[in-house]
This record gives sequence, C-alpha cells and structure tokens, in this order.
Amino acid sequence: MKQAQMITIDANEAVARIAYLTNEVIAIYPITPASPMGEWADAWSAAGKKNLWQTVPVVVEMQSEGGAAGAVHGALQSGSLTTTFTASQGLLLMIPNMFKIAGELTPTVFHIASRTVATHALSIFGDHSDVMAARATGWAMMPSCSVQEAQDFALIAQAATLEARVPFVHFFDGFRTSHEIQKIYQLSEEQIRAMIDEELILAHRQRALNPDHPFIRGTAQNPDVFFQARETVNPFYQACPEIVQKTMDRFAQLTGRRYHLFDYVGHPEAERVVVIMGSGAETVEETVRYLVDSGEKVGLVKVRLFRPFSVSHFIKALPPTVRVIAALDRTKEPGSAGEPLFLDVASALQQAQFGPEWSFNDPPRAIGGRYGLSSKEFTPAMVKGIFDEMKQPQPKTHFTIGILDDVSGTSLPYDPAFSIEKPEEFRGVFFGLGSDGTVSANKNSIKIIGENTDYWAQGYFVYDSKKAGAVTVSHLRFGKEPIRAPYLIRQANFVACHQFNFLEKFEILEYAEPGATFLLNSPYPPDKVWDHLPRSVQQAIIDKQLTFYVVDAYRVAREAGLGNRINTIMQTCFFAISNILPREEAIAQIKKAIQQTYGKRGELVLQANYQAVDQALENLHRVEVPGKVTSTFDRRPPVPEDAPEFVRKVTALMLAGHGDDLPVSALPCDGTFPSGTSKYEKRNITEFIPVWDEEVCIQCGKCALVCPHAVIRIKAYPESYLKDAPPTFKHTTARGREWPEGTAYTIQVSPEDCTGCELCVQVCPAKNKRETRLKALNMAPQRPLREQESENWKFFLSLPEYDRRELKIASVKGSQFLEPLFEFSGACSGCGETPYIKLATQLFGDRMIVANATGCSSIYGGNLPTTPWSKNREGLGPAWSNSLFEDNAEFGLGFRVSIDKHEQQARELLEALRSEVGEALASAILDADQSDEAGIYEQRQRVRELKEKLAGLDRPEARRLLTLADYLVKKSVWIIGGDGWAYDIGFGGLDHVLASGRDVNILVLDTEVYSNTGGQMSKATPLGAVAKFAAGGKRTPKKDLALQAISYGNVYVARVAFGANDTHTVRAFLEAEHYPGPSLIIAYSHCIAHGYNLKYGLQQQKLAVESGYWPLFRFNPLLIQEGKNPFVLDSRGPKVPLAEYMYNETRYKVLNKIDPEVARKLLQQAQQNVEDRWHLYQQLAQSWAKLVEPAKEAES
Amino acid sequence: MDLSTTYMGLKLKNPLVASASPLSRHVDVVRQLEDAGTAAVVMYSLFEEQINHEIRELDYFLTAHSEGHAEALSYFPEPETYNNLHAEDYLEHIQRLKQAVDIPIIASLNGVSSGGWMRYARSMEEAGADAIELNIYYIAANPEVSAQQVEQMYLLDVSTVKEQVNIPVAVKLSPYFSALANMAKKLDHAGADALVLFNRFYQPDIDLENLEVVPNLTLSTSNEIRLPLRWIAILYGRVNASLAATSGVHTAEDVLKLLMAGADVTMLCSALLKEGPGKIAQILSDMMDWMESHEYESVEQMKGSMSYKNVAEPAAFERANYIRVLQSIK
Repeated sequence: MKQAQMITIDANEAVARIAYLTNEVIAIYPITPASPMGEWADAWSAAGKKNLWQTVPVVVEMQSEGGAAGAVHGALQSGSLTTTFTASQGLLLMIPNMFKIAGELTPTVFHIASRTVATHALSIFGDHSDVMAARATGWAMMPSCSVQEAQDFALIAQAATLEARVPFVHFFDGFRTSHEIQKIYQLSEEQIRAMIDEELILAHRQRALNPDHPFIRGTAQNPDVFFQARETVNPFYQACPEIVQKTMDRFAQLTGRRYHLFDYVGHPEAERVVVIMGSGAETVEETVRYLVDSGEKVGLVKVRLFRPFSVSHFIKALPPTVRVIAALDRTKEPGSAGEPLFLDVASALQQAQFGPEWSFNDPPRAIGGRYGLSSKEFTPAMVKGIFDEMKQPQPKTHFTIGILDDVSGTSLPYDPAFSIEKPEEFRGVFFGLGSDGTVSANKNSIKIIGENTDYWAQGYFVYDSKKAGAVTVSHLRFGKEPIRAPYLIRQANFVACHQFNFLEKFEILEYAEPGATFLLNSPYPPDKVWDHLPRSVQQAIIDKQLTFYVVDAYRVAREAGLGNRINTIMQTCFFAISNILPREEAIAQIKKAIQQTYGKRGELVLQANYQAVDQALENLHRVEVPGKVTSTFDRRPPVPEDAPEFVRKVTALMLAGHGDDLPVSALPCDGTFPSGTSKYEKRNITEFIPVWDEEVCIQCGKCALVCPHAVIRIKAYPESYLKDAPPTFKHTTARGREWPEGTAYTIQVSPEDCTGCELCVQVCPAKNKRETRLKALNMAPQRPLREQESENWKFFLSLPEYDRRELKIASVKGSQFLEPLFEFSGACSGCGETPYIKLATQLFGDRMIVANATGCSSIYGGNLPTTPWSKNREGLGPAWSNSLFEDNAEFGLGFRVSIDKHEQQARELLEALRSEVGEALASAILDADQSDEAGIYEQRQRVRELKEKLAGLDRPEARRLLTLADYLVKKSVWIIGGDGWAYDIGFGGLDHVLASGRDVNILVLDTEVYSNTGGQMSKATPLGAVAKFAAGGKRTPKKDLALQAISYGNVYVARVAFGANDTHTVRAFLEAEHYPGPSLIIAYSHCIAHGYNLKYGLQQQKLAVESGYWPLFRFNPLLIQEGKNPFVLDSRGPKVPLAEYMYNETRYKVLNKIDPEVARKLLQQAQQNVEDRWHLYQQLAQSWAKLVEPAKEAES
Repeated sequence: MDLSTTYMGLKLKNPLVASASPLSRHVDVVRQLEDAGTAAVVMYSLFEEQINHEIRELDYFLTAHSEGHAEALSYFPEPETYNNLHAEDYLEHIQRLKQAVDIPIIASLNGVSSGGWMRYARSMEEAGADAIELNIYYIAANPEVSAQQVEQMYLLDVSTVKEQVNIPVAVKLSPYFSALANMAKKLDHAGADALVLFNRFYQPDIDLENLEVVPNLTLSTSNEIRLPLRWIAILYGRVNASLAATSGVHTAEDVLKLLMAGADVTMLCSALLKEGPGKIAQILSDMMDWMESHEYESVEQMKGSMSYKNVAEPAAFERANYIRVLQSIK
C-alpha cells in the first residue's frame, strides 16, 4: 500500500470528487448545503476534467430537484452511471422518482448533505429529517460521520450499489460535515478504479432501454400481480448488507481503513451503549474514550448502513454486557412511537431475542433521544449527560439533549462545563466580516498547516443570516492527534478580532481561555488602543492575562492597494504570533498559497498581496497591558429597554448570541412571531451615512423610494410639532401648493439602521449651486452623528403620519410620504429587490397579505432573530408567510380563494343581518367603492361601526360575521419571489395561477440568477452572462416571462426598473393592484451577483433600459374594454450600445477576460436579440392597436 | 507620379495613414482602408491604465461577497485560466490584421507610468506590429509637478521602450509644452523614430442641466491642421525623427499643405469616421489631380518646401501675427 496523500478539504468537495470520477451524467439543482457539490462538478466539467473512464461527465442544471430526479431516472434507465446531490426539500421532491428507481433495481448513489426539512420554520442547517423522510423509498442508506468517511463512503456506496442493484442514499451532516474542513487521506484514482467492477457497469448498460433490443419497463399493474411483483426484490435487499460489508473489506485492503456495518467503540464490557449515526458519532466516540479512560463501562455503536438494517450485524456489534442502549436520532417524528433509529434498534432487539445472535446477560433496555436538530450543538458534555442518565434505574426515554424543555420535560440535564478539549491542541476563534476575507484566509491557513506539517487540522465556519454587514466566526483546531470534534470551540487559546467595532457588539473574549493570545485589527497604535476598548474587554484582558497584539490591517491593505481585503494581513499576523510554523517558512507558505489563489488573476494582484504580507509583520505590535480598567464605555444592550417584552426576553437573547439558552417555553408553538421587531436591532454597520441638506433639497422623494432598508424617510406635518423637536432636528417648509399653510417637511435618516449603500445620494438630483459635488444628501461619518441623529430619528417617528387620503400616491413624491411597512431587513447593502417590496408596503401594506417564495426575499424577510415586515400605528400591516420554494404562486392563490370566500360569507351574513345592523350601514358596506384610499378608509370606518353593532347582538350569525367582518375591507394578495422561483422551480404553478383569473399580484424580483444560493444560472439569466452552470457564458437568451403572461390576454403585465423610471414603477404597482385579475410585475433587481459596486445600481438600471435590454412596458387588459391599446411601451428603443450596459458588470466582463472571441460573439448575438425583441414589441403594440381600433369603430 | 514616402524607416506607398481609431477594430474595415489606398494603419490604443484597472476590478468583484453567507460561499465560477487578462485579444488582433492586409500595422500604446507598459511594447513587436506609436496621455494637473519633471517622464518612457524593442517607435505628443521645439529635439535624442503632432485630447464639457462634467468628443475640422502645420514647419529638417501630422486632415488640400510644411505622413481619423474608408481614395485622387495640374512629380519634391527652413519669410511661423490677422478680416 502506497503512503496515501493527505489533503485538507471539506466533505462537499471530497464527495463531489468521488461522484464525479465514478459517474457519466450528473443532474442537479442548487440547494443549501449541497450546492457546492454540484458547483464543483460543473467547474470540473467546464474545465474538461475527465472521470475514471477518461471522459468528461455531463453536468445539467435542472429547474427543480423534481426535475433533476426525473433526469437522473431517465439517464439511469438509458444506461448511464448517474448521480445527483441534494438536501432537505430537494430530497423530498426526489422521493417519487426514488420509489421508481428503487423499484426498478437501479444502481445509483445520491449524495445528501443532510438538512432540516422546513416545518414551523425553514432551516438551512443540518439534521436527518430529510433522509428520514425518504426511508420508505427502498433505498440503502449510508451515513458518514466525518469528512474522511464522507469521501470513503461515497466510494463504498458507489461500488456496492452496482453489485447490489439497490440504489444508495449516502448522507452526511449538512454544514457540520459538508462544510467542515479536515485533513484526510485522499483516495487515489487507482484505488477508486480498483473499487469499481467494470463487469457490473456493463451489466447496468445491458439493462438499459434501447430500441436495438426493446422491452417495456414501467407498466401499470393490477391487484392480481402488483403485490407479488413487489416482493420479487427481497433477495436483493437480503443480500445488500453482506455486499456492503464485502465492499468495505475490499476498501480496507486497498486503503487500510476498515469499516463495518456497525462499528463498536468502547469498553469491552460496556453496560451503557449509545447507538448513533452521522457526525454526532465522532463526539460520542471521543467522549466514550475519555470516559472509559476514567473507568466507566460505556460504549458506542456507529451505524454505517442504516438501511437495509441488518438485525444480526447490529446485535453482534453489541457487547453482551450491555444493559441500556440509547439510540440517538437527529430528527423528530412527532406522534411516532419513537424516532427512526430508536424504532429500528428496539425492533432489532425484539426480533433478535429468539434468534441465534442473542448473547446478552440480561435483555438490554432501549431508550431513545433526540439531539442536534438544525445543527444544534452536540458536545461531549451532552454525551456525558446521556451516559449519566443511562445509569438511572428508570432512565428517561424519548428525551432531548442540548436544550431546556420546560414544556414537556423531555430534556436531560448536563454540565456544560464538562470538556474533553486537549490542552496541547491549538484552538483559534476568528471574528471577521464576510467582506474582509477572514474565512478565505482561514481556509488558506488550514491548508498550509494541514499540508505542510504533520499537524491534523480542522476548520469550521459560522456565517451570519444577515446579508449586509455579515459577521463570520471561524473555528480552527490544529493538533498532533486526529481531531474528532464536530462542535464549536468554546475556550480558545487564540482569539482574533478582525473588526475593531465588533468589541462593542459581541462578547468576543468570552471565547478566550486564561493565558490566551488576542489579536486585534485596530486603527489605534499599541500605545493608544487601550483607552478605546470597552470596559468589559479591558477587564477580560486583565483577568484572563491575555497576550495582546494589534495591527492596523486596514491601513496596510489600503497601502497595498487591496481595498478592504485584510485577509492576507491578518493571516500573516496569525502565523507570526501562533508559532505553529517557523515564521520564515510560514511567510513562504502564505506566499505560495497566494500564488495558488491569485496567481491566475495577474501579477498586479499577486504583488499587492505579497506587499500586504511583508507590511503586515512590520505593523504587528504587542500591547503592554495596563493593570487597570480605564474605559468609560461598554458594550451596548442588544435591544432598548423600552422594547416589547417578547423582544426583551427572547429576541434580545438571540441577538446577543445566547439563543441556545432559551427554553422551549420561550418560543411560539406554531412558528408565529410578532411583526416589526427589526427596529429594535440597531446594527450600526456603516461608517458613513447620508446627511440631508434642507436648503438644497427639491423634495422629489426619490431618496426614500430607492432606500433598500427604509432608513431614509419623509414626513410632512404641521409646524406646530416642531416646538418639541431636538435642537439639531432639520426641517424646511413643504414645497408645492398641495400643502396647507404651515406644513413642515423633513427627510430623516436612521443612523443606526443605515447600511451606507449610497443609493440615495446617487439618485439625488439636487445639486448645491455653489459646490456641485454636494447634493441634497451627502455621505458623512456616522460615529459623530450617531447619538444626535438617533434622537432626531426617534422624534421623527413620533410625528404624525400624513392622512393617506390627501396624498397623491400615484407620484413618486406623493408615495414617499406613506409609511413603509418593510424596514431594516437583512438584505445586502444596496439591494435592488427591497425597494420594490417596500414600495408595495407603502401603497398597500395596511391591507396586504404576502406569500413569499423561498430565496433571498424569504431570508432577509423572515430569518430570525428579527422581523422586518412591520405594522403601522393602528396595528395594521402585511401578514407574511413563506411556504416553500416551488409552490409560492399556489400558496398565494390559496390566500385569495380563502379571502374571497370569507368576504362572500361576510356579505351573505350581512345581508341576513341587514335589519339588525341597519339598512343604511349594510347597504353602504355592501355597495362600497374601495377603488382608492378614501374609499378604503371610509369602508374601514363603516366596518368598525358594524363590529360595534355586532358585538351587541346575541345571534350566531352576528358572532360569525364578527370574525369575518374585516374581510369586507379590500385585501391585497401579493405573491413575491425571485426569478429562480418564477422562471424555474415555480413556473408551472405561476403559470396556472396566471391562468386562474383570480385577483392576485405577483411580484418577480428578477436578479437573473439564483442569488441566495450563490449565483447559479436560472432561465432568467441573460445571454452572455457568466454564472455557475454557465461558466463559459450563457448561450441561450433569457426567457421572456412577460410575453408568456401577455399571451393569456387577461393578465396585467408590467416590466419595471425603478432606477430607470421610478414614476413608471409606482404607476405599474398601482395599476397591478387595481386590476381585478392576475397581475404580474417583473422587476429589474440589481444584485451583488452581477459583480459591481451597487451604489451604481440605478445607473445600471437606466442603461439596461436605454440599451433596450430591459424595455419598460405595461400590458393592461382593462384598456381593451376602454377601446385603447393595452400594450404600452413605456421606454424608447435601443439608443446606447448594449456593451455600454453589459460591460459595467463582472458577470459579463469576466467572459471577455476568459475568452474574448466567445464574448464578442455573444455580445453581437445579444445586441441582435435586443433589436429583434424591440421590433417584436413594437409590432405587438401596433397589432394590439389594430385589434382595438375596429372594435372602437364598431362601438361608435 | 511618385506618392511614396518614408515614415520612420517604413516605406509607404503614399503619405495617407489611418490614425488610431475604432475603425481598426474590424478586420474588414481595415481591408477596405487598404483597398482605398491607405498606406498604413495605426491601431486603436491599448490603454495600460484600463488594463490594470480591469485586473484589479475583476479580482475585487470575483471575491467581494464570497464567504459571507452560509448559503452562498461565492457568486461566480472561477475559470482555470484567463486568456485575456493582459490584452491578449489586442495582440491577437495585430496578428489578424497582419494576416489580412499587406500595409504596415502600427500598434498604439497608451500609458502613463514607465515600467508597466514595457511588457506590452515587447508583446506588440512579437505579435508582428511594424511599429509602435506611444501615446503618452498626461494632463499636468498637479501643481507640484514641474515642466521639467513632465519632460523627464516622457523622455524616460521613450528611451525605455526603445531599449525593449527593435521596431520603430513614434511618440504622439500634446501641444502643451512650453518649449516644444526643444522637447522635440530631446525626444529625438531619446530615440523617438517619429513625432506625431498632435494628440487631440477629449476636452471635457459641462452639462448645464445636470451640472455634470461630461466628455465631449467632437470630430475635427480642417481648421485644426494649422497647429500641427506650424510646428511641423518649424521642426522640419531640425530633428532626425520623422514627422506625422494629425488633427484636422480632411481634404487633399490639407494633406498637401502639411506635406509642404514638412510632414512625412498625414494621419486621418475624423474624416474616415465621418465618410468611411473610401474617403482615402478620394483624397488620393484629388491630390494627384492637384499635383498634376501644378506639375509636381513626387511627394518628396514638395515635402518641407514650405517649412520654416525653406520659406522666404520663416518669421511668419514664429510671429504671433496678431495685428495682421485682425487687419485681414477687414
């Protein structure tokens, strides 16, 4: 056996490599946390990397996981070695095909980065609820516990499936294993080849559908034979475990790594044994070893083949001395007699009792427990808690561990202080921003250490659920012993804080153990920094006797021309201080890594990074720690004291990073959370905020319209209110004849919620006449303004809202006096989607119900801790929910149907109660005109009166009407989602809802790519753009969804771009909502996935329209009835070359750098498409006009 | 009739050269230029600054939002290699043009720093360019930088490029030198094989409605030949470098005047952009008509005939001519 090569790698990459090398066809659909596997495969395929048989596998991206499974099924049936990667809902969508694939005895392996299935909430994190939902499909199931095993089992499963003909689900824990970087033994291509039996591949080919030797598969069967036919497969399942074991044995011969269907670890005479699968097994194993060393008789059975579950192998794996067996499940099946692994263990024990393998002194008791849902930490302390419970005479079963269940009392107690971390191991925790490169630097460091020393290495990364100002925490372990610790570091001997202002926000030094080293990126030099630290930080440094270093990394980065990328600088400092490698060698290795990472991006980039490395060392200083606390300030409380109780008691803990401590009773039982809590989270993530110059302002309202986070707002109010204004509160007289005498006007910025995107400054059309670089809004440092403007913001919010009935809301100016009911979301700074959502809430928020497809908008709109969908002073506001990714249009249609039914019943009841409530009131309500704000306002008043009357009526009809009366006020149903939903996975449903004729408003936030999962191509991706799965530039044009919708003739359709024409956008929203049938708004949304500074997002929108790429139009079927042309082209024909638009964005430009010839051709083609489409639209407009004209003539 | 001329050692069939413009981006247009009689083509400029900017920008945006969000560790696929990071497409275009036409192709390099663009000069030579035109685009806006420093920078650039390549190197100048004749001499010494007079800078304009400074590209008119005409006349016979006239060449008369002032070649841009490659043929034919009717035998014969050195009253080129011009209006 050759010495195996060691690499540091995460499981996604390791598994993808095996799958790629051993397959020919890969059909995928992106889903967290499995997406990287598909992306690796696509990247290799694009680069022409070959598989074991020296051919390049085909990678196809489908429109959904259901589609991917169908394509996989088809490819398998036609004889290709085929695989896919997925997780969570994705796996659920594959289940129908999985039944078929198994029923037809088809060999394949699906690799699953196990992820929580959405229930009361979505979660992107890891547990086994997805694979457990696929148990009934008849697939073999192999869980792997670590990155090493994930690679190994990917191969073992592939080899075994070919022989067994039973398809395999190979799964490993999402994020915890899929994204953990570990040093592992890499399988060589020779080893992989030696595992795959060519004869079995030929057999698979021969079973394929082929017109040259035709047969029929997939018949429909009747009661006479279906049952018997279904039982024909039994021998295959009976043989499967032995085949897997044989395959494992062959693998052991080739690699030296020996696995069994059930692997036992622990005391040979253990009395207490845990049975577990997945990464938790690693934690249990380490804890068992520790406890056995301390004299405890405990053990562990690691499940390697969960299905088919081999009772005999399982029983044989247990020591005969075992008295209690705890089966741990990382999933929850409410209402079952136990979770899946427990049920199998209990059933196995029951079945084995009378069989030959039964060897126990006493029949062991089986208990079951749940742990680790949604990547909840599972630590040695918890394992010890379980083993302690197992000592009890009546150990608890169906327990939970790792939470405090004060509702049902399921949770086991444990001592969180129990730790088995090895003192000699390096444990580092690094706090950074997503944008500063901290994680990529750490990934680099792990590679350097893992591949250049004999240290074992592990890296795990915790990301933010907010997109703007996203915080990352990296957990790195290095040691002389293999690292089996799939849980976060609690006590580190190295803590690095890459952002100075984090000290005010997070309890960073909580992670530092006494005597640890603390590295801080500080704008202050070593002799000045102390007084700028919060009190608690100073105290911790003194108490824990930390060795404290500072470096001004931002200055070094700036000087090297690296902007805000401090990654290589902080990495260099880390190596310089940690002494894991000799300093010179470390520097050489960092430079080598830089060469590998950045080399292809050119000498200029390389040199800048080298310079940063060299400069880092010169700027790294140790701080002499004074003996006393001197600071006058400290960390701020996470939420203000006057926040509502739920926010103070629940949200605040989550914000402070203590959500794990919340007991079950603190959380709602059905996923219901209060609206509008984002306002209590003051994130303070920007250094610069816009400042209003009331002298220069022309009061156009554009700034408020474009603000993605609703932090810049406008009010008009009676001057009399100003008597209570704070001294620095700005105001001027409201311009225009529409205002009564004495109306004041203010534009106010919330300094602590602003993300500093500058869109407002960019859009501001007013220039200072003396100094034209100044506008009515100018960016200024936030820190000196923070307190003052916060006070002003508070006062501003206390001012009354202007009467909606009096505003001209059809204009940009008028609409921006309306209160936004979507605020301070977690969207990216400069987001191009949120201004549309916010506008809808301004116009219709007080009567709006929203179905939101999964994607960016559901994450920034619904990811805890806080909620941006809010309510107005009267307590009215959007009711919001997210069902799934694929079903959003249908979900929203359900709202409409239900609301219409409510309204109909309310009207029926009101008819019946006419005399009791009063004729006049009843008629007024039933005949109300609710076509404008005034009409809706008056109806609300009437309904209020009705409810008062109903409350006094003692009739069942009155009580029923009381619960339905609010539906007599017009409700506005909105179906919101991105292009991935509307163009791809949800298109079938969207199309059906458009065809339904129902009054729903569909808003498609079109970023032209799967933004939330990292830029995969969708059918909205334009020709020539580079995206994942279109690495060489997309070769087909964007689908014209608008045109498809127009073809129905009775759907209102608008294509808008607020950066190009904001008035048009406002008008389209109003018309769409007013239209009594289905409406579709396709909204151009600039996005970070386009690759440019989003402060220029509005200019790009303008260019998109001016180049003819994004023609603005409205198709309003109501106009047909009026004898007018329904198709109104609202923008002019192409007037700037398309290249002027495209080549401002990396998604297009990068292709020119990769392959200029292809880029040129695609640009030409794209330009041609733009012109052709413009002609088509013109013709459409003309032909509609022709259609309408005769009708008009006939009428007259 | 012999229209041939020699420009920095290149034997040209006539003195009409297409100056740097977008026309050279298209192989078929360059073919049309050749067919119309153009003697040589200067390619569109390779902007060093822009290449560097694009490299930095690409590096930044490919990485900008990566590793920040659990669901999206990156936003772009990164290719194995970039085939056009350092203007490889420009270099390939030189090759394409060289294959497509027989007339000399002069590559144009626009840069501001010494050092950075040397690699491109060498690559241009390797790609087959017959000569290089250096376009040193520098607006001396910094009050701390003296005229001497600016001149030094030009000279250093020229001598460095000359050291790198064996093909001729022309320098395209701005007219904003205090002592242009002296500067020309220094450039001559630094090794410039030709001086191209002058660069027409994009002059900024103000958009009154939007209060913005906007670039404003206006095409030249024949009036503009007077500036190069004066300086070519002054420099003729006093520097070794060839002289090229550019700015405002629209008609055969313009060409004839500049040749008589001492230009070895005249370069056309606006005229071609406005009227297409065929314009060259028309100018050539007009030129020959004029030469025939005025009994000129060759371009060489007239070259420099009206230069400072050869005119009856050379002071006319030096004088401010203020009063006489005003009087002539009367």
